[in-house]
Amino acid sequence: MSAGRSRLECLLEQGHFAVTGEVGPPQGAGAEGIRHHTALLKGVTDGQNLTDNQTAIVRLSSIAAAVHVLAAGGEPIIQMTCRDRNRIAMQSDLLGAYSLGARNLLCLTGDHQSFGNHATARNVFDLDSVQLVKMARELADPGIFQNGDPIAAEHRPRFFVGAAENPFAEPFAFRVRRLAKKVAAGARFIQTQAIFDLPRFARWMEMVRDAGLDRNTYILGGICPAKSFGALRHMSTVPGMVVPEALLARMKGVERKKQAEEGVKIAVEAVQELRRIPGVAGVHIMAIMWEEMVPRIVEEAGLLPRPL
Amino acid sequence: MIVCERKPLPAILENLAGRRRAVVAGCSECVTVCHAGGEKEVALLRDLLLLARPDLEVDTIVLTRQCDGEFLEALDALAGEADCLISMACGVGAQFLAERYPCTWVFPAVDTRFGGGARRPGVWEERCGFCGDCVLHLTGGICPIIRCSKSLLNGPCGGSQQGKCEIDEAIECAWQKIHDRLEALGRLDLLDVVLPAKDWSRARDGGPRKLVREDVAL
Repeated sequence: MSAGRSRLECLLEQGHFAVTGEVGPPQGAGAEGIRHHTALLKGVTDGQNLTDNQTAIVRLSSIAAAVHVLAAGGEPIIQMTCRDRNRIAMQSDLLGAYSLGARNLLCLTGDHQSFGNHATARNVFDLDSVQLVKMARELADPGIFQNGDPIAAEHRPRFFVGAAENPFAEPFAFRVRRLAKKVAAGARFIQTQAIFDLPRFARWMEMVRDAGLDRNTYILGGICPAKSFGALRHMSTVPGMVVPEALLARMKGVERKKQAEEGVKIAVEAVQELRRIPGVAGVHIMAIMWEEMVPRIVEEAGLLPRPL
Repeated sequence: MIVCERKPLPAILENLAGRRRAVVAGCSECVTVCHAGGEKEVALLRDLLLLARPDLEVDTIVLTRQCDGEFLEALDALAGEADCLISMACGVGAQFLAERYPCTWVFPAVDTRFGGGARRPGVWEERCGFCGDCVLHLTGGICPIIRCSKSLLNGPCGGSQQGKCEIDEAIECAWQKIHDRLEALGRLDLLDVVLPAKDWSRARDGGPRKLVREDVAL
C-alpha cells in the first residue's frame, strides 16, 4: 500500500514529460490480465489508467483493478464516471479507493449507457465531471464532504485529481472555456481524447496557452495506436473523434500485413510532435487490446528510461 | 403539455381478458391536443375493441379533466355499470380514476411519454423534466437537465459533434444550442460559472411531491 503522495504528481511537478497508459479491466472476475498488462506497462509508463465500465459495458471495477495494479508494482489512475453512481456512492468509493492505496483519480462524464451492453439501464449523472472534480478536491481541501460536513484531517483522501478534455468535440470555441472550468474546479492534470488531427490539437493548445491554462494544469495528449486501417476507420466513426482523411489514406495505402507497423509509426510520430508543442506535459497512450505495443512506442519515441 | 401515446392494441386487449363491460374514458386536456386520448381517439379505440372482442360492452366518455377531482363525477354512473375503466388520459388521470373507484379495475390505454410541445403537426418534443428547480435563466432558455442526454450542468460532454448528441444524430446537442444562443445574446460569460451540484430534492428524488397553496385553497 502506497502511503504517500501520487508518484505521477511528483514526476509532473519535477518537470518530467509524463507517459501514462491504460489497462482495461476484464468482463469477468479474473485479475490475470490486469497483472499481465501492469507488468507490460509499469516500466515504460508513469501511471496506468483503469477504465470505469468503459463504453458502458460491465467490467471489473476500476478501484478493484487498481488494487491489482498496486500489488503488481504499478501506479494506478482510477477513472470514475458520473453515469453509474450518485454523490453518496462516489464519495464512499473515493474513501475506499484511497484507503486501498490509490492516489490518482480521473473524473469523467462517462459514455451514455445506450452505447453499452445494458442499454435499458437507468443512468445517474447526479453530478457532472466538473462537479466531480470539485467534490474530489474538496474531500482533501478544505476536507469536507459534498454537503459541507468535515472529514477528520488525518483521514482525508488526497487524490491527484484530473479530468479529460476532448479538443475535437464541439462547440470548438467552448472546449477551452470548459477546460478552464475543470481547472477552476481543481483539475491538476488533463488527459485528452486521442489525437490524430495534430494541427487542430496545436490550435487548441494555442488557445489553452492564451488562457494560461497550461500553467495551472498538466496536459497529457492522448495517443491511440491503430492496429489496422479497419481499426483507424472505426475510430473515425466514434462520436467526438476526428481522424483526418490524409491519415486514413496513408494507412489504407499500406499493405494489410504491414498496417500494424504503420500504426506504431503513426503513434510514435504523434508523440514526437506532441513533445514539440509548448504546454504539453506528457502523453497518455490508450492501447486497449494492444498493450504489448506500448513499450515499443515509448522506446521509439525516445522516452525511455522512465524516471524513477 | 403532457405528451402521451396510445399503447399497442394487443397490450390493451390483454388487460381486458375476462372483462365484460368497459368504459373508455378520454380527457379534454393534453391528450386531446396530442391526439392520444380525446374524443376521436376514444371512439376509435371503442371500435377497435369491439372488432377484436364482439362480446364486450363498451361505453365512452370524454371528461373535462381527469386530473381534477371535480370533473370525475360525470363518470360515476357509467363506472357503476362497468367491470373495468380504460383511461386514455395521462398517468395522473388514470390514478385519479383508480382513487375514485376503489372497487373497479382501472388501467391505462396510453403511455405517458413526457412534458413537451408540438414542433409541427405529428411531432412532439420533450422540453421539461419537472426537476422542480428551473435553471433556464442560466442556460439561455434551453434546458440542459432534460435536453442533454446526460443532464450536464457545466457544458457539453466529449461526444458533441456538429451540433448533434453522441447517442443519436436525430438529437440536437443541448449544449451546442445553449452555447450558440448565449453567444448570440452576448452572454457567453454565463458559461464560465461552475454550476454547483444540483439540489435534486425538489425533483422526484425527494419523494412524491405535493404543492400546497394557501392563497388558492378553499
